[in-house]
Amino acid sequence: MEDQPERIPGPELVNYAGLPITDGARLWAESWDASRLTLPEHQCQVHVAPYIYRGPLNLRIWDEKDPQSQQTIAIKQYISTYEQTRTIWMDGRPHPSPNAVHTWMGFSTGKWEGNILTVYTTHIKQGWIRRDGLPESDRATLVEHFIRHDNHLTHVSIVTDPVYLTEPLIKTQDFLLNLQEGANWLYPCEYVEEVSGRPKGEVPNYLPGENPFVHEYADKYHLPVEAALGGAETMYPEYQLKMKNQKQAGAR
Amino acid sequence: MISRFLLLATALPFLAAQPQNDLDVLPVQANVYLIAGAGGNITVQIGDTGVLVVDTGLAPMSDKVIAAIRKLSNKPLQYIVNTHFHADHTGGNVAIRQAGVTITGANVTGNLTDARTGAQIVAHENVLNRMSAPTGKESPTPPDAWPTETYVTGQKEIFFNEEPVIAMYQPAAHTDGDSIVFFRHSDVISTGDIFVTTSFPFIDIEHGGSIQGELDALNRIIDLAVPKHEEEGGTYIVPGHGRICDEFDVVEYRDMVTIVRDRVQAAIKKGQTLEQVKAAHLTKDYDARYDTKTGIGSADRFIEAVYKSLTAAKRK
Repeated sequence: MEDQPERIPGPELVNYAGLPITDGARLWAESWDASRLTLPEHQCQVHVAPYIYRGPLNLRIWDEKDPQSQQTIAIKQYISTYEQTRTIWMDGRPHPSPNAVHTWMGFSTGKWEGNILTVYTTHIKQGWIRRDGLPESDRATLVEHFIRHDNHLTHVSIVTDPVYLTEPLIKTQDFLLNLQEGANWLYPCEYVEEVSGRPKGEVPNYLPGENPFVHEYADKYHLPVEAALGGAETMYPEYQLKMKNQKQAGAR
Repeated sequence: MISRFLLLATALPFLAAQPQNDLDVLPVQANVYLIAGAGGNITVQIGDTGVLVVDTGLAPMSDKVIAAIRKLSNKPLQYIVNTHFHADHTGGNVAIRQAGVTITGANVTGNLTDARTGAQIVAHENVLNRMSAPTGKESPTPPDAWPTETYVTGQKEIFFNEEPVIAMYQPAAHTDGDSIVFFRHSDVISTGDIFVTTSFPFIDIEHGGSIQGELDALNRIIDLAVPKHEEEGGTYIVPGHGRICDEFDVVEYRDMVTIVRDRVQAAIKKGQTLEQVKAAHLTKDYDARYDTKTGIGSADRFIEAVYKSLTAAKRK
């Protein structure tokens, strides 16, 4: 399953294949040391709206009605991962000033296009497009389509990031209606001191060219390392032809 | 005379300070508001007692800034706090001070007839030093723009509008006179140009800034800020330029500054010259977000400042 690593164990290090990232995003990710997540201020870092649907655990959706008119003001979602609540405003209000605060879930407005709920989101915090260090900037915007087929919900997300993506990143995921709740919907997070004695202000990172894991994923799956390093070219079927001519990572 | 002061003041460097036609006024939290678009960001605290502002923007924007403050409150404007001396943060000192008042006792007003004229301007002593000049020398700014109340040690405390307002000195950071201003009840920190969202940091080495002081100050802001839930909300941060933030935004910025510092430090250890370090494009992963290409928020200027700051520290 394409998204299993995202949902459960986490993606492998330096697997950027199939993602339309910029050279800058690649350097950012290659500098990323997973130990950065042990810093207290990173421990409770939330998946941003464009990524969180790859691991939502439980997702509840409901209408918020105006008590006077009974018109829908907003569609709300509770995502149990990190206890995130999204508000999708349906009352035609504008998006806030660029100087307004950004949040993990961003500011969303929606409209019905037939049976499809289309949502536009801005004001998203800096986060990641894959949680092995690939960054998403705070200038990213998100278009989503929620499409219901009986008890199945298809979610299409299109992320545009002028900083770290060379073209929009389109993903889909499916949800199945669960009528038997019962699960724990809580996700409290409190930081702890995971690494004692760390010098104050230290930020774990690899210097350029010194990430020891650059070949790990490529070697494991006998891929050319260029494929593992991603870029728009690696998204398309034609890249398989190019790969045949590239040196196999396993033959190094 | 004033025009010469303006020329001198505007010749100083400052960050991405083009004024906008319309100011953007936003609530931050509790008693605190942001006025953006007048040069550097202006933080406004209002309440039953009066008005306190952090920084005053560019001089030509003063009328609009005063009008915007008056829309928020008609109470007396009593305090200006300057985070540092750059003209995009102090240019409105004269006009905005004149729009305010100092509340003081009869024994003072009895002897000093102008004691109530204008708001007080609070800043670190080094801000006064940078804005004024020794007797007989030409001052870069007019006396009416100078801080009226300075501090030299760790912090200056004011209890105003039913909350503690604390200006905390951050040595050798963006300049040698930086204060961050903590509104302790509203839970808002105004950072001046130690933290901006619009460019790489401008470390003004010529005026006492340093990379280590910049990092120390960013880490101090992170220490003070407490997120409400899952590293979001809680303490809000008003940067010197750019949008309203919370702790995590400062964390990502601190991470970037630290990582670039580490890369430049490693290059210096290898014996690389400044030109070689610049040619290595060590900020490539952040350029699309923060590089202003020209001027003091550019990648080149940032790298140069980090390099010079680190090599100067090594020589000491």
